[in-house]
Formats: sequence, C-alpha cells, structure tokens
Amino acid sequence: MTRLSPARIALYVISALVLIYLILPVLIIAPISFSSARFLTFPPPSFSLRWYQQYFSNAAWMQATRVTLTVALLTVVIATPLGVSAAYAISQSKLRIMRLIHMMLLLPLVVPIIITAVGIFFLYAKVGLVATLPGLVLANVMLGLPYVIISVLAGLQSFDQAQEMVARSLGMNRLRSFFAVTLPQIKSSVVAGGIFAFISAMDETIVALFISGGQYQPLTKRMFTALRDEIDPTIAAISTLMTAASFMLVLVASARQKKGG
Amino acid sequence: MLALVSPALLVILALIVLPVGWLAWQSIYHDGFTLENYRRVFTEDIYWRSFALTFEISLAVTGIALLLGYPVAYLANSVPKGWSILILSLVVLPFWTSVLVRAYAWLALLQRTGVINQLLRYLDVTSEPLALVHNTFGTVVATVHILLPFMVLPLYATMQKIPSDLMQAGASLGASPSLTFVRVFLPLSLPGVLAGCTMVFVLCLGFYITPELLGGGRTVMVSMLVSRNVELYNQFGAASAVAVVLLLSVLAIFFVVSRFISLDRILGQK
Repeated sequence: MTRLSPARIALYVISALVLIYLILPVLIIAPISFSSARFLTFPPPSFSLRWYQQYFSNAAWMQATRVTLTVALLTVVIATPLGVSAAYAISQSKLRIMRLIHMMLLLPLVVPIIITAVGIFFLYAKVGLVATLPGLVLANVMLGLPYVIISVLAGLQSFDQAQEMVARSLGMNRLRSFFAVTLPQIKSSVVAGGIFAFISAMDETIVALFISGGQYQPLTKRMFTALRDEIDPTIAAISTLMTAASFMLVLVASARQKKGG
Repeated sequence: MLALVSPALLVILALIVLPVGWLAWQSIYHDGFTLENYRRVFTEDIYWRSFALTFEISLAVTGIALLLGYPVAYLANSVPKGWSILILSLVVLPFWTSVLVRAYAWLALLQRTGVINQLLRYLDVTSEPLALVHNTFGTVVATVHILLPFMVLPLYATMQKIPSDLMQAGASLGASPSLTFVRVFLPLSLPGVLAGCTMVFVLCLGFYITPELLGGGRTVMVSMLVSRNVELYNQFGAASAVAVVLLLSVLAIFFVVSRFISLDRILGQK
C-alpha cells in the first residue's frame, strides 16, 4: 500500500501544497502583528508590540471587545440550556412532529446568513432592537442553538437511556433523574456545544453588520469596517488574539469530547 | 416533551422563520400585491449579471475545492492513524479561525506590496506587482480557502467507510491500482463528493465577507446586492426579492440532493 509509485508521490506533493495553502494565512498573521512596520513587509523589519499597545489603549477597540465578550457569554448562558432541553426532547420523543421541529432548529445552518441578517434587521427596525445589546444577544442565541443541539444530540445517542429509566423506576421524577443521572454523563458534549456557541458568537460578523451600532458594536463589526478602509496592523494584533482564543477553546472542547459523551 | 423543545423553537420561529417570512412578504407586497421587484430581478441587467457571476464563482470554487480536497482526503484515509490525525488537524485548524481574520490574512498575502508579490519580485519572476486581490481572483482564492474544510471532511468520512478489502479484491483479480481506484474506490466515494460539493456550493452562493473585502467592488455577488439594496439605496423590496430568489435556489439544491443522500450527512459536519 505504501509502495512509492509516481501516482503516490504526486499525491504527497499535491496534498502537501494544499495543506500549506490551508495553514499559511493562519500562520502569517502573528508575525505581522509583532512587526514594527506600518505597512506590511515580510519578513518584518523588527520586533515590536506597538500594534498590541494600540489595541489595548484604544477606547473604541476596548469597548468593542467588551461587547463581544458580553454577547458571547450571554449567548452561551441562554443557548446552552435551551439547546440541551431541545436535544433531550428530540431524543426522547417519538412524536412525528419532532422530526419537523428538529429540522427547523437546524435552519440557521441552512439559510444563507446574509438573508437571516437582512430579515432580522427588518424585524429589529420594527420593534426597536437595532443597535441594542439584547438584540445582538438574541440573534446570536438563535445562530448558536444548532451547535448546542447537534453536539448534545450526539452525546445523548451514545448514552444508555435505560439508566434514566432505572432512576425513574426507583422513584425519582423525570427532572431529578435527568440532573442526577443523564446530565453528568453527557456533560462533555454540553460543554463542547456551549463552547461552539461561544466561538460562533465571537466570530459572527454579518448579522452584526446590519443590526449593531453606536456603543454596542462587537469587535468583528469594527474590524470589518476598518478592513474596508485601510489595512491597519492593529487588526493583525486583534486577529492573533482572537485566533489564540478560539484555538484554546477548541482544544478544551475536543479534549472534553474525547473524554466521553 | 413539546414543552421542553418550545423555548428553543420559539427563538427559531421569532428570529429566523418570522424575519425570513416577512422578507418574502415584503418582496411581493408594497401598498398592494406587486411582482415589480421580481420583474426587476429577472430583467434588469445588474441583477442578472450578479446572479450569473455568483453561480459561476460558486461553480469554480466548488470545482477547485473538489480538486484540492479529494487528494488530501484520500491521503488522510490511506496513511496510519497518527498521520491522518495530523492532516485532519491541519484541515480543521483554519476552520476555527474567524473568516474575517482569514480575509485579512489573504489581503496581507495578496496585495500589491504583499508577501506573494514581494516573493515574486525577489525571485525575479515579475517586475511589476501582479493584481492578485481586489478582483475575482482574490475572491476565489480566499473563498476556496474558507470552504475547503467543508469539502475535505465529508469526503474523508465517506472514504473511511469504504472497506479496504474491496481494493485488495480488485488487485487480486489482476486490476492495476489505478483501475481499482477508478472502478471501485471513486464510485464508492461519490456520496462524499456530493455532500461536500453541495455544502461548498450552497455556502458560496450566499458568501459575503470575502467578495466584499477582496473583490474590490467589481465582484458583486448576490449577497452584496442584497446588502447594498438595504444599506445604500433603501430598496427593501428589491433586496427582499433577491434574497428570496437566493433562498429558493439554496432550498431547491438541498431538496434535490436530499433525494440521493441524507441531509444529516451534509449538515452533520462542523
């Protein structure tokens, strides 16, 4: 199987080139962010932290960071319980309508995000939620729900449901048996789902472009506007920090998923 | 059980079903029923060209992603476990990097004074910097980059399920490796090809960030048409009609594909 035929060598070379293409952009940002140059030069002329300084000393960037973190945290706090209870209902119920509901809950993954964004913008304009924090949080809860549901459903699938039946037959009610028996065993997939919802809220850009404004603009909206105007290396510093944050979260999530559930 | 699912369902109904339904309503109703918005979308040049361009770019991106993704998935499937984990991690790594961050990275790489142009000049390949970005080329390069994981993962998942005995059986019957590949492996991997291509094509149809930031204003994809009609011209009716046509295209594709493979297979990724 590992005999080195010309086809095999071609396969290695092509795959290596594709993998370089995939990771090169991710790797290029950090060196730019630590460069002293105003314009992008590579390799960077000298090491400097000025872009990080500029980020941390700029009130607008800091406000945007607070908004992003607040929105992402609130999104997790709301979307996780909603997603867990929905996933539990879907896995337990034999009602036929549940299949339809299951499909509907995955709609945010199917509808092109630009359409969702414009639709939410029209709705928010009517009810006065444009440029507000609750508006941003609600939209991100909706967008994050499918990740929680998919992750928890996968966890519930590998969990032996008979255990909960045993607990109920021993006199626990449904709620207690869920918290005492089921939840501890699917904890990992719940945590993973919550982390995915957090990352999704942290990265969300397009809905925010339409519905956020004033002092409630998340980082991504400010970055997008800045990128449209000029390429400021401050964005490289922010990008590096954001990338580091999501990688750490993904590592935690996948470590938890591997542990079980 | 319905009570448990209803809070989540309520959020979905209020924040995606209702808004998108409203959008659809707005596209046909403005002081009375009208098909004027759709007449414009289907007859005016600017709309037509944008839809045509979007389909062309999506086809190109899907084709390129398949050509690049298939060998990588194949390699990941045919090497020992440690190596395949490494390959798949490299594929998923950019997956978890913000799309905005990657768009920025491509700007840095491709612009006139960017890394690629400096390298080409240094190697004396070109004397003038090449226009690699703020055009369709830049858009395609960055979009393929962002969508490639959606191609590789379903391909790999499908290839994993192809029993390796089948290849050995082909070989023992005297077929060359390339013949077993074409006659046995390739046909069996087609469900993965279909799942990957569908996801990439559909996501590309609605793509916004890369064409907006890397297209230089010339590559007006449908999503940009929607946003410009809202933000610049306040043409809500026209924006809604464009959005509805885009949405119907996407749903039609999902519907057709779901006759061949289960939707879970397409959406199960990420």
